[in-house]
Amino acid sequence: MDVELFEIRQHMGRFAPFDTLSDALLDELVAGIEVAYYKAGSDILTLDQEVHELCYIRSGAVEVTRRNGDLYNRLGEGDIFGHFSLLRNHKARFPARAMEDTLIYFVPEGLFNRLCEADEHFADFVELERPRLETAVEEHKKHNDMMISRVRKLLTRYPLIVEASATVQDTARQLGDAHASAVLVLDKPGENPRYTFRDSQERAWQVIGILTDSDFRKRVVAEGLPPDTPVGEVVSDRLISIQSDESIHEAMLCMLRNNIQHLPVLHRRSPIGIIHLSDIIRHETHSSFYLVSNIFNQSSAEGLARLAPDVRSAFIRMVEDGADSRMIGSALSTIGRSFSRRLLELAEEELGPPPVPYCFMAMGSLARNEQSIVTDQDNALVLSDDFVFEAHDAYFSELAKRVIDGLDACGYSYCTGGIMATNRQWRQPLSVWKGYFRDWMRDPTPERLLHSSIFFDLDSVYGENPYVEELQDLVAGIAPKSPLFLAAMARNALNRTPPLGFFRTFVMEKNGKQNNSINLKRRGTAPMTDLIRVHALACGSRAQNSFTRLDDIDKTQLLATGVSDKLRYALEFLSMSRIRHQVIDLRNDRSPDNTIEPENVSDSERHNLKDAFQLLSNAQKFLKFRYPVPSVSR
Amino acid sequence: MSYFPLRRRQGPTWPDYLASRAAQAQHPLLVDFFTAGTPAAQTPISEVPMVAMDMETTGLDPTRHAIVSIGLVPFDMARIRLAERRYWVVHPPRPLVRESVAFHRITHSEVEYAPDLEAVLPELLEALAGRLVVVHFRHIERPFLDSAVQARLGEGILFPVIDTMSLEARLHRQSLWVRFRRRMGRPPVSIRLHNSRERYGLPTYQGHHALVDALATAELFQAQIAARFTPATPVGQLWS
Repeated sequence: MDVELFEIRQHMGRFAPFDTLSDALLDELVAGIEVAYYKAGSDILTLDQEVHELCYIRSGAVEVTRRNGDLYNRLGEGDIFGHFSLLRNHKARFPARAMEDTLIYFVPEGLFNRLCEADEHFADFVELERPRLETAVEEHKKHNDMMISRVRKLLTRYPLIVEASATVQDTARQLGDAHASAVLVLDKPGENPRYTFRDSQERAWQVIGILTDSDFRKRVVAEGLPPDTPVGEVVSDRLISIQSDESIHEAMLCMLRNNIQHLPVLHRRSPIGIIHLSDIIRHETHSSFYLVSNIFNQSSAEGLARLAPDVRSAFIRMVEDGADSRMIGSALSTIGRSFSRRLLELAEEELGPPPVPYCFMAMGSLARNEQSIVTDQDNALVLSDDFVFEAHDAYFSELAKRVIDGLDACGYSYCTGGIMATNRQWRQPLSVWKGYFRDWMRDPTPERLLHSSIFFDLDSVYGENPYVEELQDLVAGIAPKSPLFLAAMARNALNRTPPLGFFRTFVMEKNGKQNNSINLKRRGTAPMTDLIRVHALACGSRAQNSFTRLDDIDKTQLLATGVSDKLRYALEFLSMSRIRHQVIDLRNDRSPDNTIEPENVSDSERHNLKDAFQLLSNAQKFLKFRYPVPSVSR
Repeated sequence: MSYFPLRRRQGPTWPDYLASRAAQAQHPLLVDFFTAGTPAAQTPISEVPMVAMDMETTGLDPTRHAIVSIGLVPFDMARIRLAERRYWVVHPPRPLVRESVAFHRITHSEVEYAPDLEAVLPELLEALAGRLVVVHFRHIERPFLDSAVQARLGEGILFPVIDTMSLEARLHRQSLWVRFRRRMGRPPVSIRLHNSRERYGLPTYQGHHALVDALATAELFQAQIAARFTPATPVGQLWS
């Protein structure tokens, strides 16, 4: 490299997409550039002019507008423009004008094409929005795959195995000799091919169940069975297992869901080990799993409140381990549910059993399994229809008070909108709840739905789950047939819009206004989940999680091919960006929030966020068009 | 327009001068150079091919000091073409003075194996021919080149240049406002390359490298035209 061009090379090498070019390519680039100066206010690209160069801003600032004159983007030092036109029809799609005195470095077309061919990263970057965002998310996942520990990592030995015909006495002796606490029971293959496998001698077997220490106590000794009873007679017929390549996180959730402590691990259909709860705890002392089991060991609301800092360390640990937003959201939701459950259990212990059955219901992010570290509580009580206000409400009122006070002490602050079980309006029998939902959906106005849209993310946390399932069924049944309701929900989903992007240390709004910070929830993830909810309601999905809702939406023709993938990438990127900034806050001993300051946003993150905002904005436009207010009034 | 010295000067115009030198010149290199000529004084600047030139020398006096390096960047009002840049380090006939070494960051060993200017003259003159030369401070490049060519080819060389420093001086050293400032005892505005560039929002480049300074001069000239003149300005109002 000519030393004299060092200056230019140094500058371009600092900015995307040139920052990842090899030295040789960067030298080639710098040697071939052309330069021009533009006084503030002068045109750099006029509409439809021929474009044969990529433009790089060396100094100054450039404003790019749409055909209709709307602001499209504001660019500063190190930004590029003109690549869209270069890759398409060589006509300037958006005119560009110098906002300040500006020095532009031009990369001639031949050189640009050469860079695209020689460097995949460069080509990805200059391609349109989606692939760039996709690349960012996929790269995080790739990274993730290396970081995430799989279940097989916990296995230290082959599982102890006996045939169903072995006696319980013989089996107990083998367990003792092997210092094992569980044994897998095999039998000749039966009707269920799911558990059939072949051993090393090509004999076919099926795993019929697992027998643990506690099974021996409860089913053999306590029942007084003779020592020669075959194990096949006492083994439980329900086998819960996990594949060896699943994550430890998944194994943990599986144990939690099924309330078990031993989990057989299969490679395809062959058993290769058994993991015990303690294996996981040993592996992840600081993990969310440990935290959850700790929550259930607390005997008072004060004890639970002392665990609040552990939630934060578990959160940081997950982000560091490279978990994606779905895993983090689901783990934090599991933790949130566990706090609620344990508080309810403790309240029931003190207040006595409930006079009528009930279900504790969560709304919002917890129901969606997308809880963040910054969250308030949104909950309600669905009571049995046998509920009699005079006789029973005192109990539930006190129960609700204990839970929501307890949750507040654990870091889940009171809901400012009053959507909590302590609010009598939200502590009602199932039939009343059904009436609420029917009312909202039959007589919707955007104003009425503004405060109730949160109820359209709902899930049970504790108690009579079927109550909430009935409500979910009701919503899924009525919503697709209610265009007026969908139109009102769609209109509310457009209340919060994304900004245009970033410019220097500002957030740039569509009207050209510049702000110092941006609330990534209000301007990103929330409008995104809002619009996914509307589509999900329209297609009768019962799912609550945004990603699962998109899976359901995919089964219909609602969105054009590829759109849902774009939304997934955008939501994942927006969520992870918010999470990363919360970790930065925690690291610096600041209380985490949903706000990000542009000066803390890296170059590549800016580009990806801008793409995600753009996708969100386009999706909002489609929403408006797809769910119009029906023209004929009812 | 009274402050344009050339307009007041009696005698031949630049195109006439180059034509007469083309007819008299002995050395073929100079015949070619002068024959390429220069645009008529009324040609709009936007139609003129130019080349920004900068030299590093061992001192300021062409009779005692010598050229060490030369940088050229061809350009016009639309584009500065870095791909066509030229740069030479030459071996000065007079020994390098220590302080000028530090100044230019060109080392003795670099210069030791460099050719004499005579060897690069054909390429240099070809790159300059037919292009209007743009420099920052014309009292270095033109006299040094004249003196060096005189010494090697037995004939001198003279051509019109646009001097970005004198264009800055017109704006900052001769206006009524400037005279008023001076009377008030305020320091004059700096018209050095770096300070001049700053006024147009141009980035800071490492100075004192002939090629970087040539690029910096070309950018400055584009900025001056954009800010103070128009692309239709006749070259006769700019050169000297």
